[in-house]
This record gives sequence, structure tokens and C-alpha cells, in this order.
Amino acid sequence: MSPVLEIRDLSVDYGSLRAVHNVSLTLGAGEVLGLAGESGSGKSTLAYAATRLLQPPGRVPSGEVRFKGHDLLALTEKQLQVLRWSEIAIVFQGAMNALNPVISVGAQIDDVLRTHRPALTRRERADRGRELLSLVGIPIDRLSAYPHQLSGGMRQRVMIAMALALEPEIVIMDEPTTALDVVVQRQILGQMMRLRETLGFSVIFITHDISLLVEFSDRVAIMYGGRVVEEAPAAEIYRAAKHPYSQGLLGSFPALRGPRRELRGIPGSPPDLRSMPTGCPFHPRCPQAMDVCGERMPSLDSVEERRRVACWWEEAHV
Amino acid sequence: MTFLLRRASFYLITLWAAITANFLLPRLLPGDPVQAMITKLGGRLNSDAMASLYILFGLDEKKSIWEQYVDYWGALLRGDLGLSFTFFPTPVADVLSQSLPWTLGLIGVTTIIAFLLGTLIGVYAGWKRGSWMDTLIPVTTFLSSIPYFWLGLIVISVFSVTFPLLPASGGYAAGLVPEWSGEFVGSVLEHAVLPGITIVVSSVAGWILGMRNMMVTVTAEDYVLVARAKGLSEKRIMFAYAARNAVLPSISGFALSLGFIVGGALLVEMVFSYPGLGYVLFQGIGAKDYPLMQGVFLVITLAVLVANLLADVGYLLLDPRTRREG
Repeated sequence: MSPVLEIRDLSVDYGSLRAVHNVSLTLGAGEVLGLAGESGSGKSTLAYAATRLLQPPGRVPSGEVRFKGHDLLALTEKQLQVLRWSEIAIVFQGAMNALNPVISVGAQIDDVLRTHRPALTRRERADRGRELLSLVGIPIDRLSAYPHQLSGGMRQRVMIAMALALEPEIVIMDEPTTALDVVVQRQILGQMMRLRETLGFSVIFITHDISLLVEFSDRVAIMYGGRVVEEAPAAEIYRAAKHPYSQGLLGSFPALRGPRRELRGIPGSPPDLRSMPTGCPFHPRCPQAMDVCGERMPSLDSVEERRRVACWWEEAHV
Repeated sequence: MTFLLRRASFYLITLWAAITANFLLPRLLPGDPVQAMITKLGGRLNSDAMASLYILFGLDEKKSIWEQYVDYWGALLRGDLGLSFTFFPTPVADVLSQSLPWTLGLIGVTTIIAFLLGTLIGVYAGWKRGSWMDTLIPVTTFLSSIPYFWLGLIVISVFSVTFPLLPASGGYAAGLVPEWSGEFVGSVLEHAVLPGITIVVSSVAGWILGMRNMMVTVTAEDYVLVARAKGLSEKRIMFAYAARNAVLPSISGFALSLGFIVGGALLVEMVFSYPGLGYVLFQGIGAKDYPLMQGVFLVITLAVLVANLLADVGYLLLDPRTRREG
């Protein structure tokens, strides 16, 4: 699988606090890469930093994001504007507020087409808008509706339709279904994955819901305290997660299929950026913590083909 | 549509209540207009003159309050607001129709200018917060915190006394006849410069501050981030996404301020002896001219109601969430 997006050693600071530490990730063509972690683990920050959407005081002190031979972090604002949405589109979290409340959804889709496809006539843009709505299963007469007239699920579908307007190479989905009920969640994600098969884009899927992640992703990266702690194919991680944190996350959601298992939470709370524990940031909550865990940070090393884990215990027991 | 009808009936009821209060208030005051006139003229009226005044004001017939109320409405619908004492024997309606255009022209135009200017500066200051534009805010706030009459007097003393560039008072040069001639219009504009600038200077800060703060709030909204991710131009994001939402609270404030154009510029017109409604009201109050005061209050009431209606309609047009379907 040839990579479409390569994040290399990316760090993100908020003021003097480091929110993301030297993360490297690769998104393959046509792949769904899942990013999981608790709130504050840096998963959204990572995605926004990689697409240069980070708001001040967020800043990227080091790293590289390779896309089609460019480093996204080195492009000028003008060059970036051309790439935005036409190559990398984003389905935002919170369908409630991601649409402009005072403009009709048709006009918001039209906005994208008018900016990036100036050759299209008004009629062609309207046709494309209707085509996009029917693609996501919304009656085409809703093109003139305002966001408040649509249900949460419909709004999220509109966001997806809008994201696909220019047939982008990459779609980043940031908690796309968090505000929706479970049935609608699955409908929308299922539809998104079918569209991916026909249109052939790659997806970065960010969520804290690891059961959705395992179900809909090809490969999963688990983040904790601003670092990737484990990366593996989705089926593998579900079958046998290696990092104690991944095991904890998986244990905190009910399994959809397979044998019943006991639900467990992870004791303690996510680390505070202002007072990160020394060594492995997870060690104060880790049931398998050893002496070395509190002293030095384990590196993210390959343990098997296409599997990487950052854990001293794992290293000691290979 | 039903929404509009409901609003319209609300305004009609408010209008009726305001006019009725306007009718009742002077009748609750002790004395009558003739007494007031006698006092004003210092007793230099003989009994014949007093009797004819009673007839003139319609106070000779002993009418019940209900009959008076009906007559009042009848007169009102004919546009008859009674006679002014101050400008006796000019009818109040004439006094109002002569002074209203001056007020609307000066205060109306400057209110709109201040709103547009302040909002535009606010949009940019909020969008590029932390830039040099933020330094404008303490400056304009300082200017607006100067008591208006003081600001007016300073401006007069500098620009028409120390450096006699512009006229200090009046609506047009003495000796000119109001007509559509270049000379007269030029004189009107010249006379409007000082009061106009002082109004804008003293009121622009509120619009800047309100708009800037709303821009800062709205800029943090998800849809602005989405607009950025969509690769839209900076201008488009700033106006169609951020400012378009941020301006909503200012719009209702603006519509309400339109209502106070008519009555709210008392100080301006006093300082600059401007021949507008505020100055007329000031003279009317000084002379206990009840018919004139009543007339001015009626105009102010109507203006506030119209402004409220405008605020409602404007909001309806600008914010689809306030429209009710069906």
C-alpha cells in the first residue's frame, strides 16, 4: 500500500505545554486509519496540526507532513488554500455547530464548489449539490434547508456530502458520530465506508469509541498523553492488544460479537499536560507497571510485522 | 405569516396604549392649558382674551372624559395635534413637521454612519485580534465617555472660535431661505459637520466594542474552522461565516437606536442650537407647552414602535432560526 499521507516526528505545543510528542503515522491509499484515545490524548490536535488548522496558541515546533511530494507544514497559506478540501476534507465533530446556522446547506456546499471549481456554472453547481445530497441519502429538496431544520443525523450526512464535494484524496473524520444515537452512528459510518469503496479515498477516523474504531478501521493507532502507544491492524488489536492501555480501552466497551467478557474501566484519570508523569505517561495507571516505567519513556518499536508498541513490559516479555 | 400578524397586532395594541397614555397624562396634571398660558404671559390677559382662549382650546364645553377621548382620536386621525403655546398660534403638527426633517437628517444619517463604521472596525478588530486595531478601542471608548455637551463645547471652541472653520450653531446660515439650491444645501451640510462628527465620535465606540467581542466569540465556532478547512478565501470566511453571525446582536441594538433618533439627541441639538425635534422639545418643556410636548412624545412613541418592528423584521431576514415555519 503506497502512502498518501506521512506524518513524521510531529510535535504540537500549546504555549509551553507539549500536547503531541514526536508522532509518526502513515496513511495508506484507500486505507481507514483509526485514531483512538481518551479526551486530551492529542488525537484531534494531531489531525488539526497535520492539516494546519490548529488555532493559536497551538503551534507546531517540529515535524513534517508529506502529501503528494509537498510538506504541508511548509506550504504558504495560498498554496494550502488550493489543497484544502479538494485534497483533504474534514468531517467535524459535533454536527451541531459545524454548519453555519444562517446560511442554507445548499449555499454551504455551493461555497466549496464556487471557490475550488470556478469553471462550473450556477446550474452545474446546483446539480452537483443535489447529486451530493442523494449520495448520502438526503431528499434533494433539503438543499435549501437551514441547519436548524435538519436532525442531527441529517446534519452529519450533509457534512459528509460536503466533504465529498470535490472528491478528495483524504477525508478526516473527527468524532463524526459522537452526538448521534447508536443506530444512526452505524448507519452513517456504514454509508461512509461504502462511499469510500466506490470513490476510493483514504480516511483518518478519530474517535474515543474503540468499538466503532475496530469495526470500521483497517488499522488502529492508540494515543495516550500525546504519544502513539500502539499501532496495529484493527483485527489484531481487537484480538490481542499488547499495550496495557489498549487492553484497558478495549475492556471498557462491550464487545459486539464473540464471547461475552467482563467490562472493566481504566483506574485513574488521563494525565494532566501541566504535570506529565516521568517515564511512560501511563505508568501511574498501569496494572503491569515496573520500576523502569517511571524512569524512562519506552520507544515505539516494531514487535511484529505492521505492529508497533511502546511498552517496557512488552519489550521485556517478547 | 401568522408570526407577522401576531407581531402586528402586538404593535397595534402597544400603539393604542401609548396614545391613550398620551391623552390621559396631561389631564391628570393640575390646572389647564389656559391657566398655564396666563402664567406664561404674567397675567397680562383680560377676561375676554381668557374666554376666547378657553373656546380656542375647546375647554368651554364641559365634556366628559370619554367624549374628550373620542374627540382626541378624531383630531389625531385628522393630524390635528392642537396649538403650540411656544410658537402660538402655530399648530403643533406644523412645528413637528418643520423640525422632524432636521432631526432625521442629522441624527439619522450620523447614527447609520456610526453603526456602519463601528461595525466594520469591530469586524476587523475582532478578526485580527491583538493587532494594532485593538489600540483603537481604548481611544474610542475614552472619546465616548466624555460627556456629550462637553465634547460639543470643546469642538465648538476649537473649530469655530479658535480656528473659525465651521459654523457653531443653527441648521443653515441666517438669511437663507430653505429651498433646493446649491447654496442652501451647501450651508446645511456645512452646519451639519460639527454636530455630525461629535455624534459619530461619541457613539462609535459602542458598536466597535460589541462587534469586536462577538467576532471573537464567533471566530471560535466550529463553522468558522470548517470554512477555513474548506479553503475559502479569508474575506469570505470573515464576512459570510464570522461577521454574518456576529452581527446579529448588533442589528437589534441598531434598530432600537433608530427609535431614539427622533427623541434622543436633545443634547446635540441644544449645544448646536440645531432646529430639530430635540431643541423644540427643550423649548416646549421650558415653556410648559403641553400640546407641543404631547406631540413630540407621540412622534417618539411612533418612532420607537417602528424601530421595534424594523428590528423584528430585520432579525427575521437575517437569522433563519427565528422564522417559524407554517
